[in-house]
Amino acid sequence: MSDAFDITETLDVKGASCPMPVVQTKSAIDELETGDVLEVLATDPGSMSDIDGWAAGTEGVELLDQAAGDDVYKHYVRRTE
Amino acid sequence: MRSDTPDAADTSEAADGPAEADAPDATDAADAADAVTDSTSSDAAAEAPSRAELAARVEELEDAIAAATADDDGKKMSIIATKGTLDMAYPPLILASTAAAFGYEVTVFHTFWGLDILHEERSKNLKLSSVGNPNMPVPNVVGALPGMDRVTTSMMEKKIDDNDTATIEELIDTSLEMGVEFQACQMTIDLMDYDEDDFYDGVTTGVGAATAIQDLAEADIQLLV
Repeated sequence: MSDAFDITETLDVKGASCPMPVVQTKSAIDELETGDVLEVLATDPGSMSDIDGWAAGTEGVELLDQAAGDDVYKHYVRRTE
Repeated sequence: MRSDTPDAADTSEAADGPAEADAPDATDAADAADAVTDSTSSDAAAEAPSRAELAARVEELEDAIAAATADDDGKKMSIIATKGTLDMAYPPLILASTAAAFGYEVTVFHTFWGLDILHEERSKNLKLSSVGNPNMPVPNVVGALPGMDRVTTSMMEKKIDDNDTATIEELIDTSLEMGVEFQACQMTIDLMDYDEDDFYDGVTTGVGAATAIQDLAEADIQLLV
């Protein structure tokens, strides 16, 4: 899955709960350049829906992929502008 | 037929003629109704603007839309926070920081007990009421005993800690970093005898209801918490 794009940076928000995974994802993506891909590692099950909703409602970002593991939820977000 | 209307307007005098002539011929209710309809539509045709007028109107509206959207390039959210219990301090802060992550320009106007959320010292000691909430693990009659608010607050604080839920202070710091504007109602500051220095750095003071109304009027999302 992740071979379709290169991960620029990884944000570890394991342990954090709502609203921190989304808020910290936003802060981290703001630090990146256009085209860069941020990998977000979270343990909050709500992050699956929240990061999806955030990416859909926010300009300049694109959700490339999400993967629900046993304990860790992975999200891949690209900065598009 | 409809698309012919502007043209019909040019020959409205001719159109009026037959409609008026039809009406007196009507003998039953249905014919009368038809005549009314005919007469109405021909009146409308008579009043319908010309193509040039419509084109001018469309241009005017397009300009208005362009002006409105140019002025409103950012999404806005306005929250009024009125409650100062530990449980009720969370929703405005969580929604404010999340909306900021979505790119919203957020203002939170804190009034009455909601002001304690911005009070640097008091915000760290917000209490959970042990009465009035039937979902509490203790019956109201027990919850009303002296010291019970402290017990339920400690229980909640432990849960917050165990669950790695952000503290009120963390949410305020995060929100400020995200550009959320926290406003402290001046009337409440005076009423509670607080000082401007009592609040977190970055909190806006010296604002009143008119500021809140202005923010609410401009906002895409308005919430009273």
